[in-house]
Amino acid sequence: MRLSKEKLFKLLISLARIRKTQLKIEKHYHEDQMKTPVHLCLGEEAVSVGVSAHLKTSDMIFSNHRGHGHYLAKGGDLKALFAELFCKETGCAKGRGGSMHLIDTSVGHYGSSAIVAGSIPHAVGAAMAFVMQKKKNVAVSFFGDAASEEGVLQESMNWAKLHNLPVIFVCENNKYSVCSPIQVRQAEMPIATRALGFDIPAKTVDGMDIFKVYAAAEAAVTHARRGKGPYFLEFNVQRWRAHAGAGDPQAKLYRNPEDILDEKTMRDPLASLEKYLIKQKISSREKLDAIYQKIDEEVEEAFKFGQDSPLPKNEELEKYLFAK
Amino acid sequence: MPWTKLHMERQEPHFDADKGKDVRKLSYGDALREALDQALANDPRVYVMGQGINDPAGMFGSTDGLYKKHGIKRVFDTPLSENGLMGIAVGSAMAGMRPVYIHNRPDFLLLAMDQIVNHASKWSYMFNGQVPIPLVIRTCIGRGWGSAAQHSQALQSLFVHIPGLKVVMPTTAYDAKGLLITAIADNNPVIFIEQRWLYKHQGYVPEKIYAIPFGQGVIRREGKDVTIVAVSHMVPESLRAADELAKEGVDVEVIDPRTLKPLDEEMILNSVKKTGKLVMADLSWKTGGFSAEVLAIVAEKGFSYLKKPPVRVAFPDIPTPSGYTLEDAFYPGVKDIVEAVKKVIK
Repeated sequence: MRLSKEKLFKLLISLARIRKTQLKIEKHYHEDQMKTPVHLCLGEEAVSVGVSAHLKTSDMIFSNHRGHGHYLAKGGDLKALFAELFCKETGCAKGRGGSMHLIDTSVGHYGSSAIVAGSIPHAVGAAMAFVMQKKKNVAVSFFGDAASEEGVLQESMNWAKLHNLPVIFVCENNKYSVCSPIQVRQAEMPIATRALGFDIPAKTVDGMDIFKVYAAAEAAVTHARRGKGPYFLEFNVQRWRAHAGAGDPQAKLYRNPEDILDEKTMRDPLASLEKYLIKQKISSREKLDAIYQKIDEEVEEAFKFGQDSPLPKNEELEKYLFAK
Repeated sequence: MPWTKLHMERQEPHFDADKGKDVRKLSYGDALREALDQALANDPRVYVMGQGINDPAGMFGSTDGLYKKHGIKRVFDTPLSENGLMGIAVGSAMAGMRPVYIHNRPDFLLLAMDQIVNHASKWSYMFNGQVPIPLVIRTCIGRGWGSAAQHSQALQSLFVHIPGLKVVMPTTAYDAKGLLITAIADNNPVIFIEQRWLYKHQGYVPEKIYAIPFGQGVIRREGKDVTIVAVSHMVPESLRAADELAKEGVDVEVIDPRTLKPLDEEMILNSVKKTGKLVMADLSWKTGGFSAEVLAIVAEKGFSYLKKPPVRVAFPDIPTPSGYTLEDAFYPGVKDIVEAVKKVIK
């Protein structure tokens, strides 16, 4: 695939921002200042980045508990993310949502759900609204392999196909639901094949390769935007950490041998892209380091902003129960 | 915003279905239909969906022919995917639409509880008011003709328990229209619960589009001896009981709260202050039900007004039986309300 230099750097920067944000959270999580259950998306960054690369600001995305990557790739405010993790008034949900409930309506992110599969129908509903409003937008639903076990996905696919709605179902298959491997939860077949049962075009793609994600998402978004209806993408990814929290101290106790990550098994979408850029002489180590340093500074600044921000007022506990 | 200029009606001017006054009368179902028709005409963001709404019976007449006038892109049938479609309604609301999702029976709402309780009710709070969910969920409690345990459940108490939901139960045709307009104009999820037998009722309904504020009850009958708070179909039952009791010289006041959440606590407390006696006639099970909530409110805020222990008239804590003789035994009505009033004044 031939991508412009500008596009390649955009992908790299987006991947690195998510990576460095996740690592920063992980590094400080034990300090107990971010009192919210974090579900790190380390290893899975390419899906968020490769899909969002094709979305307009006015396109809407719908996300889940492991949603930091979706939020950042779509353009969600980094400072407001950290502030939300620190439960502060400046957080994206003013300390009412936490890590699992991120939002940035200014970039088309209308709030993530921590109920597995909960936001899938929201994407379909938004797509239906776009059609009703005669808009050319698309909606994207990000969900994991466990969400494919919920009935609501099948219900959503049925309606999306029936009305030919511009929605892209994006399944990030990391093979684990908390500690339960997919083998104890589903019969062995690609999750994408379920969409074929609804006559929705579907592909299973390597989600650790940013180029493959980018190409597959381009086809899906183009399809939906041209009014050809829904599309289903299953990306096989690696979850580098435990279900929640820092590290994966019990990895050997629950993972299948082939899923225990070491130098041989671990794949890194960011490192691969770096390698490509250097090999193709599009960039150099020095240039990349300069980019990373800038991102480090941005992350550090956002972290500090979150830490130093004021807490929400207890007098406002009941505020926002009802919308005006 | 088309909804801000609405005329607000506070009290039904001619409530008295029996006296046959020379006013414009509609049935409960036609009043609902007129509200939907006017809401669809008033705001292009409004759409109506539900399983069977475009069938020849038109949801007991309440959606009859609407799709012919407004088109099937705005008034449409759905599959039975209650939770999926509820989530789709929620998602469309996030993207700026104002859905009305009709469920023939509340029993089927149980399949959509994830989207109602985990999502619709929480979106405003969880995201600090940034994303309103203007969503009306209409449903109709069944009764009789062997409806049995899964087509007759009155589940308002479950919804009243959930923060972020508003719960409306209109009794008259006038309220059915005005409250449905208010529900559609509201920027929050509203559970709008009808009762099948009320569809037989006719009453005064103005032709213009009008709204009735939530949280304002109506005194259906003024009286000085006993307060009856009655919900939905228990209102006509209570009015009949009041007529019988009047023959024996007992003067009861009947309050129809109209909306269970928000609830017009002030009206109830003022009435109890006057009468000192309370009968709560609910249309749901007794244990943990809405009747318990009303008694708790009166105990907390008006204990000193009470001259006698309050009495509840509610469904027994069993599923609805199907056979008509057992059904008769199951449903409380005029007789039970009369007995309850006599108990409370004894």
